[in-house]
This record gives sequence, structure tokens and C-alpha cells, in this order.
Amino acid sequence: MKRLINQTPGAPWRLALGLLPFVLVLLVYLSASATRLAENPDDPLLPSIAAMADTFAEVATEPNRRTGELTLWVDTSVSLIRLGLGVGIAMTIGLVVGVLTGLIPYANRTFSPFVSVLSMIPPLAVLPILFIALGVGEVAKVALIVFGIAPFIMRDIQQRVEELPRELLVKAQTLGANTWQIILRLVLPQVMPRLLDATRLALGSAWLFLIASEAIAATEGLGYRIFLVRRYLDMELILPYVLWITLLAFLADLVLRLIVRVVFPWYRARRS
Amino acid sequence: MSTVTLKNVWKEYGRDVVLENINLHVESGEFVTIVGASGCGKSTFLRMLLGQESATRGAMELDGRPMPDEPGPDRGVVFQKYSVFPHLTALGNVLVAEELGTTRVTGRLFGRRRREARERALKMLAAVGLEQAAGKYPSELSGGMQQRLAIAQALMKDPKILLLDEPFGALDPGIRQDMHELVRELWERQGLTIFMVTHDLKEAFELGSRLLVFDKVRHDPQAPGAYGANITYDIPLSHTTPHPSVYRAVGQRLGVDPYPSAAEEEG
Ligand SMILES: Nc1ncnc2c1ncn2[C@@H]1O[C@H](COP(=O)(O)OP(=O)(O)OP(=O)(O)O)[C@@H](O)[C@H]1O
Ligand SMILES: [Mg+2]
Repeated sequence: MKRLINQTPGAPWRLALGLLPFVLVLLVYLSASATRLAENPDDPLLPSIAAMADTFAEVATEPNRRTGELTLWVDTSVSLIRLGLGVGIAMTIGLVVGVLTGLIPYANRTFSPFVSVLSMIPPLAVLPILFIALGVGEVAKVALIVFGIAPFIMRDIQQRVEELPRELLVKAQTLGANTWQIILRLVLPQVMPRLLDATRLALGSAWLFLIASEAIAATEGLGYRIFLVRRYLDMELILPYVLWITLLAFLADLVLRLIVRVVFPWYRARRS
Repeated sequence: MSTVTLKNVWKEYGRDVVLENINLHVESGEFVTIVGASGCGKSTFLRMLLGQESATRGAMELDGRPMPDEPGPDRGVVFQKYSVFPHLTALGNVLVAEELGTTRVTGRLFGRRRREARERALKMLAAVGLEQAAGKYPSELSGGMQQRLAIAQALMKDPKILLLDEPFGALDPGIRQDMHELVRELWERQGLTIFMVTHDLKEAFELGSRLLVFDKVRHDPQAPGAYGANITYDIPLSHTTPHPSVYRAVGQRLGVDPYPSAAEEEG
């Protein structure tokens, strides 16, 4: 018998093993739900798949009675805009600050300790301050996402820049590059795929901060909807919404991964 | 045209002395090969010539003027690894040498100037035998091809001095021979001054026009960092095979038996 660390599953097994936990969770849910519904058909806690599908189809296709809007799509677009803005701004700040502190000793001495302290502040503790200072509108929600993930991205990019082989920086200088050209032609291209990797890791937190701020003060959005209908124990809507958010998060991750693969073909090759 | 002069140069890291009182004068067009035990300061010496590190004592001069204290286009370099940019193709790696330094803001050339630069870059790739690989990324090239690319890249700038730190250390013997021919040919044609560190004594003797042996003269067993290395042999090479006794002496100095068969045959 080979050691466990040296045993790898064959091709058909790989897929099956990957699916197994999903199937198990689904089965447990189905049986629990069926049991509860058999006792009380109006039980709200574990609705049937069909009921959830109906509710989801309703919010996706039928205009809201009060506002006349398609609830799901309004919630989704509003949330994605907040998320996109927050993540985009955080990436920009993270890239600029990270490259500068990673490459330029003066910038490092000036900002590095500050960024370290900044990243220690729990972002959710700052949320009330943001709401007070920036109002309960869009700005505060985007600001929370930026505040929550920008320090992480900054520090990650700074580290990646510091990890660039010294030889490459020397080489660029012997080819006549000044600091700006080193940033433009050497550091940025090498750090870009890493920025996308860092963003992928930060996306989970970004969703957390989005939903938290929407739960507290919003009039639409995916997080707002979940917390709104929580009052009525409306699991028929909450569960599909959670799945929908999960799907969106998965797709965002996938898109970033594809961009890295297509735009930076040298990146994976070098890693391996 | 490009002479290098070191006067009483010391290099210390904290209390560790790496190089001790080095005096050296190298004329334009010399091909200096450098050997020495591992850790004796050969790479440090090259980094100082490069401007990446400065001497802690003494004076280093390039053409009679103080050596610039940061790397620049007058001194090209090829390291053992990490010498080419992984995010650029072979052609891009050579082209970028032309683009850096000529364009201040964008770092790129456009239009006619780009086409001209591309022509020159392709010629340079052909000179090192890489015209077929122009579109490939370094990760798709063999070790020897990567080093040839690094040499092509360094030569694009027409450096006065070329610094090579064990450039062929990772290559197998057959490819090494090709690289030797390439480097000698480029040296003879372009009138470069070359400093090359190597672990291979045979390479050092055959390739250079002058051999430097770095070694510690004094040892303090209680404090290994107390004394630094110096140039213990400075041998002009005429490219007739050197006398076997020279091999033997250098080999003993380094505590290796570098080239026994050749030395024995002729001795
Ligand atoms: N940045 C540094 N800080 C402190 N000590 C250093 C530093 N760089 C090199 N040294 C020391 O200087 C000495 C010489 O190092 P160097 O890399 O120049 O040796 P080398 O002759 O090139 O060795 P090798 O043949 O193994 O490449 C070593 O003892 C090393 O520990
Ligand atoms: Mg070395």
C-alpha cells in the first residue's frame, strides 16, 4: 500500500469525489424538508425545492406590486455596482500604493507602517463612522468595501513587488530604464496577474462587507432583501438568494481566473 | 575607451570582511575570467563593478572617473538565472532593451522607429542563433537559449563592459561549448571588456585573456569573517595552452583538482 499522500484518484473518481459533498448536503436537506413538510405543510423553515423555485421565478419575472420593478434584477444590479465600484477602487489604490511601497524605499518608509496599522482596524467597526460621515447612501457602502479590502491588496502587492528577483531590477537598469520605466515595463506587467489573484482572495471579504452594509441601511440590494424578508421567516426567498449570491461570487472568481490565463500566458508557466 | 581601476578596495558586511585591499587595473578589451572558492566574494566583486553595491573603503574608477554608484547602460550583465524578463517574448526581451532609455514617458516605441528597432532586435537574435524562437516566452526556452537571449539583450545597449556571473553554470557541457564560441566571437567582434565569474577552471583558462584567482590569504579559525579574499593569482592568458604547472598551482590554491587529466598528459 502506498502512503496516503502518494495516492491520487483516477479521472472518473475525481469528478465523483468532488460532487459527493454537494449531493450529500442536498440529500440531507431534501429528506429533512420532506419530513417537516409531512408534519406541517405550512412549515416555513425548510421549504421544498419547488416552492423555492416558484418564489425565485416570481421575483425574477414579475414586477413588484408596490414599485413595479423586477426585484431580483434591481437587487442584483445595485449590489453588483456597489461591489464592482468598491473592488475596482480598492484594486487601483492597492496597486498604486503596493507598487510604490514595494519598489521605492522612501515610499516604503513613509506608508508601510501606516498601512500595517490601517489593516488591523476591523472594517465593520468602522461602518458606523462611515455611515455618520458619508451618510447612508451609496458612498458609505462602497467606502466600506474599499476600507475592508484595499489594505490587504496593498500589502499583497507590496510583498509581490519585493519578491521580484533583484536581478531583474538590476537588469532593467543596465538596459537604461529609469524608475518610471521600471514600473511601467517591468513591475506592472509582472504584478498585474498577482493583483488579479489577490482580488480573487479578497472577493469573499468584499461580499461580506457589501451584505453587511446593505443589511444595515439600504432600500434595495441582495443583502437588503435577505435581511428584509428575514422578519417573515421567508426561507423560500432567502435560500434561493443565498444560492444566487454564491453563483455570482463563483462567476466573478471564474472570470478573474480566465483573465489571468488568457491575458498573462507566461504567468502559470513560470509558476510551475 | 573603458578601463577599470580599483585602488585599495575593501568590502565588508558589518564585521565580516569579504574583499580585502583589492588593487586591479583592467584595460579596455580585456577578457577577465575570475575563479575562487565558493563564498569568497566573486559575485560581490561583480555587483560592485555593476554599481549594485559600493566599496566600503577604497576607490573604484571607470575610465579614470569614479564608478557610478548605480547600474547603468554602460555596464551590461548576465546572471546565472533571472536574467531575462519572464513576461516578454524573446523578441520582446531584446526589443525592450532598445525601448528603455530612448523613450522617457511611455517606455515603448511606435511606428517607423519601432519597425527599425525590431529589425535590429531580430538581427541581434539571429547573431545568438535565436531567430526561430523570437515569439517564445522564456519559460518555453531551454536554459542555454535563455542565456543566449540574456546575452543578446545585454549587447543591445552596446555596453563598454559586460559582466557575467556564472552565466553557463547550469548548462550541460555540449551547450557550454557553443556558448563559449558565441561569447568569444562577440568579444572579438565588439571589442568589449568582459568580466566573467566561473566555477569551471578549464573554462576560465580557455575563454579569457586574463585570469584572476580570488582567495583568502589569511585565516583566523576563531573568526572566519575577520579576513577577506584578495587576488592571489593574476595570470595573463595567451591562448596557447598554459603550462600544466599553472593549472596545478591554481588548483591547489583552490583546494580542488580541476583539470587533472590535461595536466597529467602534458606534464
Ligand atoms: N548582502 C549581504 N549581506 C551580508 N553578507 C553577504 C551579502 N552578500 C554576500 N555576503 C557574504 O559575502 C560572501 C561572499 O559572497 P558572494 O556571493 O560574493 O560569494 P561568491 O564568491 O560569489 O560565491 P559562489 O561561488 O558560491 O557564488 C559570503 O560569505 C556571503 O555570505
Ligand atoms: Mg556567486
